[in-house]
Amino acid sequence: MAQQIRVLMAKIGLDGHDRGVKVVARALRDAGMEIIYTGLHRRPEEVVRVAIDEDVDVIGVSVLSGAHMHIFPRVIELLEAEDAREDITIIGGGTILPEDIDALEEMGIHKVLGVDTPLQEIVDTINEAVEAKRAAR
Amino acid sequence: MLPGERSLTIRLGPLVVVARDDSILTRRMLYTFTMSKDWKAERERWENETVAPFVDRRPERRESFETFSGAEVERVYTPEHVEQQAAEGGFPGEFPYLRGPYPTMYRARPWTMRQIAGYGRPEDTNDRLRYLIAAGQTGISIDFDMPTLMGYDSDNVMSFGEVGREGVAVDHVDDLAGVLDGIDIGEISVSMTINPTAWAMLAKFLVVAQERNVPWSSLSGTTQADIVKEFIAQKEWIFPVEPSLRLLRDMITFGAEHLPRWNPVNVSGYHAREAGATAVQEVAFTLAAGITYSEQATATGMPFDEFAPRLSFYFISHSDFLEEIAKFRAARRLWARIARERFDARKPESMRLRFHCQTSGSALTAAQPLNNVARGSLQALAAVLGGAQSLHVSGMDEALAIPSAEAMKVALRTQQIILEESGVANTIDPLGGSHAIEAMTDRIERDAKELIDEVDERGGTVECIESGWFQQEIADSSYIFQLAKEAGERVIVGVNAYREDDPGVLPFELHRVAPDTEERKIEELIAHRATRDDAAVDARLAELVAVAQTDANIMPATIEAVRARATTGEIVESLRAVFGTYVETAVF
Repeated sequence: MAQQIRVLMAKIGLDGHDRGVKVVARALRDAGMEIIYTGLHRRPEEVVRVAIDEDVDVIGVSVLSGAHMHIFPRVIELLEAEDAREDITIIGGGTILPEDIDALEEMGIHKVLGVDTPLQEIVDTINEAVEAKRAAR
Repeated sequence: MLPGERSLTIRLGPLVVVARDDSILTRRMLYTFTMSKDWKAERERWENETVAPFVDRRPERRESFETFSGAEVERVYTPEHVEQQAAEGGFPGEFPYLRGPYPTMYRARPWTMRQIAGYGRPEDTNDRLRYLIAAGQTGISIDFDMPTLMGYDSDNVMSFGEVGREGVAVDHVDDLAGVLDGIDIGEISVSMTINPTAWAMLAKFLVVAQERNVPWSSLSGTTQADIVKEFIAQKEWIFPVEPSLRLLRDMITFGAEHLPRWNPVNVSGYHAREAGATAVQEVAFTLAAGITYSEQATATGMPFDEFAPRLSFYFISHSDFLEEIAKFRAARRLWARIARERFDARKPESMRLRFHCQTSGSALTAAQPLNNVARGSLQALAAVLGGAQSLHVSGMDEALAIPSAEAMKVALRTQQIILEESGVANTIDPLGGSHAIEAMTDRIERDAKELIDEVDERGGTVECIESGWFQQEIADSSYIFQLAKEAGERVIVGVNAYREDDPGVLPFELHRVAPDTEERKIEELIAHRATRDDAAVDARLAELVAVAQTDANIMPATIEAVRARATTGEIVESLRAVFGTYVETAVF
């Protein structure tokens, strides 16, 4: 049996919109993944620390405050500093404009899945990303 | 039948009435008979004789029909479904206020058209407020950025990337004066969406008024200040639950003594609903919070009738038109009963629930965004038919960004069209007496009351926050809704039906916050700190801390700290040492 996928679901910044992150966390758990949820108002440093300590495959970051162009580059930078950039897949979610989605995916966010993305698509995206990463090892 | 008698035969299903003549007496008998007839049996006959063969030929669209909140909807409603007949609803402006809090409603005074505004630096938001007032808005409403809401100054590390983004950045009293520059706060009512730092924002507002020589007695408006719904839904907090409730209690009792036209709190269901709650949960959790605040205030020795008339409420108007109208009516009737039965209210003003309403932001879609104008219109209409006192219609672009000036103008015009063109504001509670509306009103009131009883049984609001019960209830509803949506049982036009693969170009321009906002705001804050008397600030903060350690009202000392130009961040950090910091029970 394949090793269970570990996902850290994170809310970064002061944004309190947690409906989406909770629904996704539950759907991923129902799909057989192991979920760690950070709770609200985390700093990028805290999230990256937990991700490394817990040895997760994926960090899912939900941002509905509009601060995504500040938050995601910082997460990538911190993962690089810890030499963990290659090991962890970052998925973004929330209210993010199309042009920003392109820019974020360009800078290394694996996929930005905004509000209204079907849950199955999120599950599939994570399964495929982790499978590809494990196969490449 | 005797010879010469005229007869009238009326067939009512299997029942046959034979009237011997059409005398007044017989007509009255017939009328009485109609009113007391067995509607259940009648409906069953109709189901068997008329519906069943019809459905055989043409099946209905679904096996069963449900409201947006998942409650079953009947094929047709008759008096059999109505538990509390209209007579029990009384008249507008009378207990239990089912039909409206005021005797004349919109015939005398239309609801306040209050489109919210807030972004960037104070002067940016001031521009938007003046634009909306010029467009005919009758109240103003201010949104603050996340750092302001959570008590961080613009230069705090936690504020990084968030300054002026989701609302206006207000660090100190002069910032608020800037937001309100040129606006007559003695005339227009001012609503502020501010919660954990609400008491400090109210203090700023009161100092702005004093420095403009506007008497406090003339100030009208609202501080949202509803901390319970923060813990359970909106998730902006600073201090633990008990000291947070104390701050609100102090606002309520201070307001009762000094601010006769101010609503110190806007007890809110909007956020729980946006977080995924059902209509029933929205009503129940909101009124449960109202009960808690009332208990806190009465525990100081202040009678309920002294502060209750200034309690105000805030509900969402969501997608399900009939259910939402029923919800507003049910909330009014249930609160009137709670006020009378639980708090022994004597004054009519203490029992009548007044509410602000905002159409649902989460119901808006990023796909095909012009459709959001239709959604906003329907939801706004439901709010008006439900008897709202104040209304914000969410912008057509809200699924994409902070609303643009144009989106807000369309939203304001939507309200004006409902008031001026549709005719629905000319009579009170026009849907009252509809079997469907009354039956749904009964159901929501009954179910919400049961849920409030459950909160009581679980030890009350504070216990239910700390155990995560509210949060879990909402997360469960949210997940059930999401699964229904994914299964296509809840259709969202343009999202899970009627999709268009090519999104095309946006039909309007989005609002963008100036990229140098954060940098400029921080520079201004540093300059502000350089101009004040730091020793005076420190002295006022020390006095504030001393008051916080007692049970005395915190408002006067906060007002003095604000007057000395202390920032919100400084005030909050001083009090953290006394109150501590809230740690969330994170559930999903």
